[in-house]
Amino acid sequence: MAAEPDPRAEDRALLVRLRTGEEAAFEELVRSHGGRLLAVARRFLPVEEDARDAVQDAFLSAFRALDGFQGEARLSTWLHRIVVNASLMKLRTRRRKPEQSIEDLLPSYQEDGHLERPASPWRSDVLHEAERSELRQLIHEKIHELPEGYRDVLLLRDVEDLDTDETAKLMGLSAGAVKTRLHRARLALRELLEPHLREEAR
Amino acid sequence: MTMSCREFVEFLMAYLDDELESRERQVFEGHIEDCPQCVNYLDSYRETVRLGREICTEDESVPSDVPEPLVNAILSARRES
Repeated sequence: MAAEPDPRAEDRALLVRLRTGEEAAFEELVRSHGGRLLAVARRFLPVEEDARDAVQDAFLSAFRALDGFQGEARLSTWLHRIVVNASLMKLRTRRRKPEQSIEDLLPSYQEDGHLERPASPWRSDVLHEAERSELRQLIHEKIHELPEGYRDVLLLRDVEDLDTDETAKLMGLSAGAVKTRLHRARLALRELLEPHLREEAR
Repeated sequence: MTMSCREFVEFLMAYLDDELESRERQVFEGHIEDCPQCVNYLDSYRETVRLGREICTEDESVPSDVPEPLVNAILSARRES
């Protein structure tokens, strides 16, 4: 049986070709990673043209930074960080449309500290439902209803899987502020999803 | 010592990240035993995080093709730079 290809060895071989400036190697890099990077950019940038611009910017910065790439991370991980960064930069040149305050999306309480609207159990099988594309649509929509500064932290931490410090650096926030925003973004998203996902809503 | 539902919600993430002191943790877990609504809240908070992660990343598991015009734009921008 043939041995599994070693992805790190493949990365190294491609890097050698990229560093010699071989045109076909650049094309190979774009074709093998471009689709995944575009999916990442689309999460931050709902306008397709913006997402494509971010991917292009990301590849161009990656090409410029090739000599500095030490190979301690996988190429795919390295490119992922670069496209996240490029997407955030692009976002900063877009905006700022007026948006809802996060406070309006957080749970409200009675004077004695009980929830104003008691939390009901959610359907247990949502991920196995046939209407998966509807579910996907719903989650995307609700994430995009979050105020941007909160939505971006939620995407970076919960979806892109960056840690608190990396997120803090990219967003220009303290680690404490990242934690507060992440928690509030999750609370707000939970509030937005609850009417659709609670058991009685079926 | 007890905690209100408001405090429960406030400390939820710290609890899940295992960042509570052992005394705070005890109070938090005491509230879970007494308050079925907060159990629902905790479950749906976890589900929110899970859904965000799984739904948003599944479009990556089937790598989409790169649109041809984008490939060309990137490669020609490189040659010009």
